[in-house]
Amino acid sequence: MTRLQLEKADFEPLGIDNEESEKIVGESTSYWKDAWRRFRENKLAVFGVITILLLAIMALIGEPISGKSYNDTNIMNVNKTPSAEHWFGTDNLGRDIFARTWYGARISLFIGLMASLIDLVIGVIWGAISGFFGGKIDEYMMRIADILYGVPYLLVVILLMVVMPPGLWTMIIAMSITGWISMARIVRGQVLQLKSEEYVMASKSLGASNSRLLFRHLIPNTLGPILVTLTLTIPTAIFTEAFLSYLGLGVPAPRASWGTMSSDALSGFEYFPYQLFFPAFFICLTILAFNVIGDGLRDALDPKEGK
Amino acid sequence: MKKNWLVLLVLVFTMSMILAACGEEKTGEKKDNDKGTDKLAADQTLNVNIRSEPPSLNPALATDTTSGAVLNQTFEGLMRVNQEGKVEEAMAESYEVSDDGLTYTFKIREGAKWSNGDPVTAKDFEYAWKWVLDPANVDTDYAYQLYMIKGAEAAKEKGGSLDDVAVKAEDDQTLVVELEQATAYFLELTAFYTFFPVNASVVEANPNWAQDQSENYVTNGPFLMESWKHKDEIVLKKNPDYWDADTVKLETIKMVMIEEENTAKQMYDKGELDWLGSPTDSIPLAAIPSYKKDDVLNISPLAGVYYYAFNTEAEPFNNVNIRKAFAMAINRQGIVDNITQAEQAPAMALVPPSIFEENAEGYFKDNDLEEAKKLMEKGLEELGLSEMPTIKLSYNTSEAHAAIAQAVQDMWKKGLEVDVELHNEEWGVYLDSMGAGDFQVGRMGWLADFNDAINFLEIFESVGGNNYTNWENAEYQGLLKESRAETDVAAREDLLRKAEDIFMEELPLAPIYFYTNVWTNKDKVKNIEVSPLGLVQYKWGYIAEE
Amino acid sequence: MARYLLKRIGYILVSLLFIITITFGLMKLAPGGPFTSERKTSPAIERQMQEAYGLNDPIHEQYFNYLISAAKFDFGPSFKYEGQEVTDIIKRSFPYSLLLGLEAIFIALAFGVLFGTIAAIRHNKASDYTVMVIAILGISVPSFVMATILQFIFSMKLSLLPIARFESFAHTILPAFALATTPLAFIARLMRSSMLEVLNADYIKTAKSKGLSERVVIYKHGLRNAILPVVSYLGPLVAGILTGSFIIEKIFGIPGLGREFVESVTNRDYTVIMGTTVFFSVLLLISILVVDLIYGWIDPRIKLANKGANS
Repeated sequence: MTRLQLEKADFEPLGIDNEESEKIVGESTSYWKDAWRRFRENKLAVFGVITILLLAIMALIGEPISGKSYNDTNIMNVNKTPSAEHWFGTDNLGRDIFARTWYGARISLFIGLMASLIDLVIGVIWGAISGFFGGKIDEYMMRIADILYGVPYLLVVILLMVVMPPGLWTMIIAMSITGWISMARIVRGQVLQLKSEEYVMASKSLGASNSRLLFRHLIPNTLGPILVTLTLTIPTAIFTEAFLSYLGLGVPAPRASWGTMSSDALSGFEYFPYQLFFPAFFICLTILAFNVIGDGLRDALDPKEGK
Repeated sequence: MKKNWLVLLVLVFTMSMILAACGEEKTGEKKDNDKGTDKLAADQTLNVNIRSEPPSLNPALATDTTSGAVLNQTFEGLMRVNQEGKVEEAMAESYEVSDDGLTYTFKIREGAKWSNGDPVTAKDFEYAWKWVLDPANVDTDYAYQLYMIKGAEAAKEKGGSLDDVAVKAEDDQTLVVELEQATAYFLELTAFYTFFPVNASVVEANPNWAQDQSENYVTNGPFLMESWKHKDEIVLKKNPDYWDADTVKLETIKMVMIEEENTAKQMYDKGELDWLGSPTDSIPLAAIPSYKKDDVLNISPLAGVYYYAFNTEAEPFNNVNIRKAFAMAINRQGIVDNITQAEQAPAMALVPPSIFEENAEGYFKDNDLEEAKKLMEKGLEELGLSEMPTIKLSYNTSEAHAAIAQAVQDMWKKGLEVDVELHNEEWGVYLDSMGAGDFQVGRMGWLADFNDAINFLEIFESVGGNNYTNWENAEYQGLLKESRAETDVAAREDLLRKAEDIFMEELPLAPIYFYTNVWTNKDKVKNIEVSPLGLVQYKWGYIAEE
Repeated sequence: MARYLLKRIGYILVSLLFIITITFGLMKLAPGGPFTSERKTSPAIERQMQEAYGLNDPIHEQYFNYLISAAKFDFGPSFKYEGQEVTDIIKRSFPYSLLLGLEAIFIALAFGVLFGTIAAIRHNKASDYTVMVIAILGISVPSFVMATILQFIFSMKLSLLPIARFESFAHTILPAFALATTPLAFIARLMRSSMLEVLNADYIKTAKSKGLSERVVIYKHGLRNAILPVVSYLGPLVAGILTGSFIIEKIFGIPGLGREFVESVTNRDYTVIMGTTVFFSVLLLISILVVDLIYGWIDPRIKLANKGANS
């Protein structure tokens, strides 16, 4: 057994470099950085993002690279199955389904995005104001939202579509009439909760104006739930567009959207299934992608759900 | 792992599509509608689809084909148009026409009975017709069908007395009708449902008699109402007391209301329906080629024209050469062959060939681009325009109309180098804007009520009503007026032809095609024809043993 | 509680007034009328009809007449279908939608909760993914495509079920499933995420560590808590499904309320539009109220009286 030899010098302090100890060795992780890391790790969500990006790129270049126009009819060449000439085949007017699919992607994605953006703007402002001021203002604003929520949504959309001239914006407006309410509710809930946080109090006592409080502190901190809701509103809008197409209230001809394309192909589905397959498949894919992105965002932005 | 279920997703989707695509088995049944040689099957039930709820089963109020399809089985007028298109005696046993063609005397068939046992009398006819003409009875949109009767229009619209309407039951068996002017097609009209009799005592007792779905719905036709489940189905059964009951073979007619044509088609393929298509229903466009290939598709002409009306009041279609250029630049044969696909006849005239035979040729050449371009140039010069502005083509929202409009848009673009903007509106909105003249070119159609050219010509007699083109012509009006007074059949037809000549020279609309009836039926269904007026009568039909 | 209920009923009435006003306004704005048809009637006859149906009265009079008739739940006769009362139309078509809807809700709930629970318990295992694929498919296929494909596969190709119409239980299976897919998928996803959360909660871990069997823990403690979000989703869902789906009813040829509504809009059948709208709104508003009440019953922590302010 050897004995441990200790000398006095061993007990001398090493000397502290103050600067050294203040250095942060690990990378600092902000909330957003952390969320981004978590999001990146979620393969499914990344797949969703890539899919949407690809779809968006194809929406832009798909029609040009096919070398055909979405509305170029050729009634001598109708209902042709996919071939080297027409990659997705032709429809009942001899139009190239590949070109139409990507032109339709443009319209469908545009409707989805615009309807969601309108919902976002109205919903965030309404919800934030309502939650921030509270009291009577809150009470009245929320009652108005409740009443609108009680209006049968489809009914309003159908009636509006009949009253207004057909077109893209008509459709988007009709969808937004009641679409913003759920967004407003979520934002309001978040604002109510954040309002009592210390940093808001501190800012307030330092004399920050209401608008500074709202736009600098409250709204940025509700971004998480807003993003999640947004990713789920886009598919709803695309879906509603498809439903309206089935009612014959969709995008006016000769324009195409995935909704009008699939509802037009429905009656010939037994004979020309490919005419239904392509638009329906891309509706599915888009909605799927947005859903997994939404799920991924929710997981990433909710620190409690760390794996 | 996560990737796997994506693959699975795509797989499931693709599978369902493949399942859908393959396994198309068609029994290539050859059909022939030969008569009377087959043995009757034990079960004389016919299953048809009438698509939607008939708005009214009161003959006085009905104004649509669905109601008509039911009423034609349950009621019977003075005359009936048989399957060969001949007018034959029905409730009337015989009739006499005065030499001036103004007075008709009908002898009502003895032994003709209502379903409640009452005899059908001349008074029932007088009562029914006057009921329609009574201004107190609203919803009688088709009252104008009776306006050739003396005093009818005055009573309905101008405060005249009903007593002055010249229809009179001299006794139970004799009905005397006096017309405003000799009308060649009056006999045929009496087979139309607005002219059907109603049981006066039943109607008096219960103003809502037509909603009653029991035996209180008193009728006089070959079939009786057994049940009526709203928006679902109507079941008719044979009327044993019908005067010609021996002819009627079918025991039951089940009329279901399936709106989705694809669903109806699947039911037909599965044998749940015996009849698919005209006149009460339609075959999905995509299915037509396959039925045609299997040689099971029946096509017959239907007296009607599908057209694009020009707004002749506004530039550029106030110019006749421009109108002609646009009309000629349409490739009708292409539309008919590839879009509508039901062997419709390309229309280069107004009156269908089933009425004016020579109109199969038409007044101009289909798809005559050369001539169209020439006329276009001439028209532009007359208008003082250097080039054609963008044209708005309107139609009411529907897949078929949209397809035709898009094809025509392309033809005008390629043939005339004109930019065309499509504009679709929901039906109610569309009729409103057409009526207000808020259009340049608009889709319309017209089906004849009876087999006569006047049906088509009189729409355009004056502006308003169903004439959306804003076109009027004094000479044209004169010819039509003259034709009404003309009792000689050949001379009258000559006048009408002349009127059509003027119309086609002025061309306030571009005819596209003449309609056809398109249907397919199970082999066992025999002796049922669809008339050129889109009527179907099950009186003579039967189910043959298979 | 009574005050709360009264307050809620008050809101329902205000909402209804609002809805009737909007609908009335849109209806009157919409071009075309109930008597618009391809074959124009003569102006004199059209005038007679307008008069008889009170369409010539001043607009405010028509509006108040509508309000009164709505309050009495008596909407008068349909413009299009001769002699059919609006209340009769609702009475005869609603049972179809109701039966079909109940069946669909049952399917959606049963399978949705089951799938969601399985997925949560077998988190990240094969059955989790299988279940979620079904759920995603359910959410992402438009219902008219789903209905057509179901009909084609099960009726046309496999001849297992009737194609259309509503005559027996077998007839209802396909439409009920077509109607149920979207909510089913939604419920499964909701259930999965809330079940996951609950299973990670401390009290479940405690229960487990106390030695309770897995089954007891999941079914007794887990389900009851995890089902809450599903219940709150149920309110609008029930109303939406019970009032019928136009698409499903049209494709399967079922004479339900959903079809009546959409068709009344196309026909400009004013009385039917108004009747179905009021009926639908009442149903929607009441079912939201009922769900709130049930919510309070399942989870006593939520005080109803405060809910209105915090929701």
